[in-house]
Amino acid sequence: MNPVNYLYLAALLFTIGAAGVLVRRNAIVLFMCVELMLNASNLALVTFSRLHGTLDGQVIAFFTMVVAAAEVVVGLAIIVSIFRTRHSASVDDSNLMKL
Amino acid sequence: MIAGLAEATGTTSTGEAVQFWVLAVVAVGGALGMLLMRKAVHSALCLAATMLALAVCYMAQGAVFLGVVQIVVYTGAIMMLFLFVVMLVGVTSEDSLKEQLKGQRFAAALCGLGFGVLLVAGIANAKLDHFTGLSEANAEGNVPGLARLIFTRYVWAFEVTGALLITAAIGAMVLTHREHVKAPKTQRELAAQRVRDNLQVPPLPAPGVYARHNAVDVPALLPDGSPAELSVNATLRERGQVRDVSEDMQRRMAELENATADWLGRASSERPVVAAPRRSLEPAGNHEPEEGEQ
Repeated sequence: MNPVNYLYLAALLFTIGAAGVLVRRNAIVLFMCVELMLNASNLALVTFSRLHGTLDGQVIAFFTMVVAAAEVVVGLAIIVSIFRTRHSASVDDSNLMKL
Repeated sequence: MIAGLAEATGTTSTGEAVQFWVLAVVAVGGALGMLLMRKAVHSALCLAATMLALAVCYMAQGAVFLGVVQIVVYTGAIMMLFLFVVMLVGVTSEDSLKEQLKGQRFAAALCGLGFGVLLVAGIANAKLDHFTGLSEANAEGNVPGLARLIFTRYVWAFEVTGALLITAAIGAMVLTHREHVKAPKTQRELAAQRVRDNLQVPPLPAPGVYARHNAVDVPALLPDGSPAELSVNATLRERGQVRDVSEDMQRRMAELENATADWLGRASSERPVVAAPRRSLEPAGNHEPEEGEQ
């Protein structure tokens, strides 16, 4: 097996995550889809690191994980505060800024 | 290292190939499950399965440290946070199947398909039939190698990451902190207000039906068999998660009363068995959420 298959897997997971962001309406599930896309890119970075024989890709994947953790903390806090005021976690209900 | 096997030839070992195909099925299945499950909890569990499969993929590719971090940070901390918020927001909330924009789902599926085809075509066109492998880079161990890079070449990014984490922690605290507009009422003031309003002076009834259901979402039954709405938590009432068992009890009560009436020789329909719904605790028009809830 060629390690390029890992890249195909990453592309597939990224596509599923992107489609999920477009299809799903629940804000929490949207966030999970974004997490899946970040994970897919991490897998691609690890595979690149192996293809090149250097550890730089793994370092970048490590930083991606840190950024993802920070993003999830802030994003979920926003979802909780929206849920408190609007009593709904659906992105369709947040239309206060719509013209 | 596992990744150090048979690298010059451009193929991996058979064991890794078998592992890849098994894990790829698990990962894609989990991702599709996350996409298609209607309940957010099921989506979260599917995503956890995908992340575990990816962690094993990392380890198989020589990224042992990242694999462990993936399990600890992603599957442990982040998914736990997700589940926590799902429970907070309402575990039974489901996506509605109604489309807000006409044809949006079809268009989204089409876009996703096109995007995937583009990505796969790009990878397929790249000339990647040879790979170096990490046996040399991992010679002194994966963690020392990563540490050498993080603390030399990427030390600036590492420090910025620290600032980012501090900012995120403070941001989460600021976003979820609720400022009290007025001072919260003390217990004494609440008791005085209960007496003044004369709506519910004694403590609220406890939920559950003796010896049958003791869950908090089952309202207690009044002596005539009708449900005591006040015994269920206000949050569950607002979400509509009250599980009513009163119909069964009211039927039994009616049977009992009829039997008693027969035995006493009275007319069975002397008084109505089904009681009128009880009044609610809140005065009408006051749906303000309580200050101290949560």
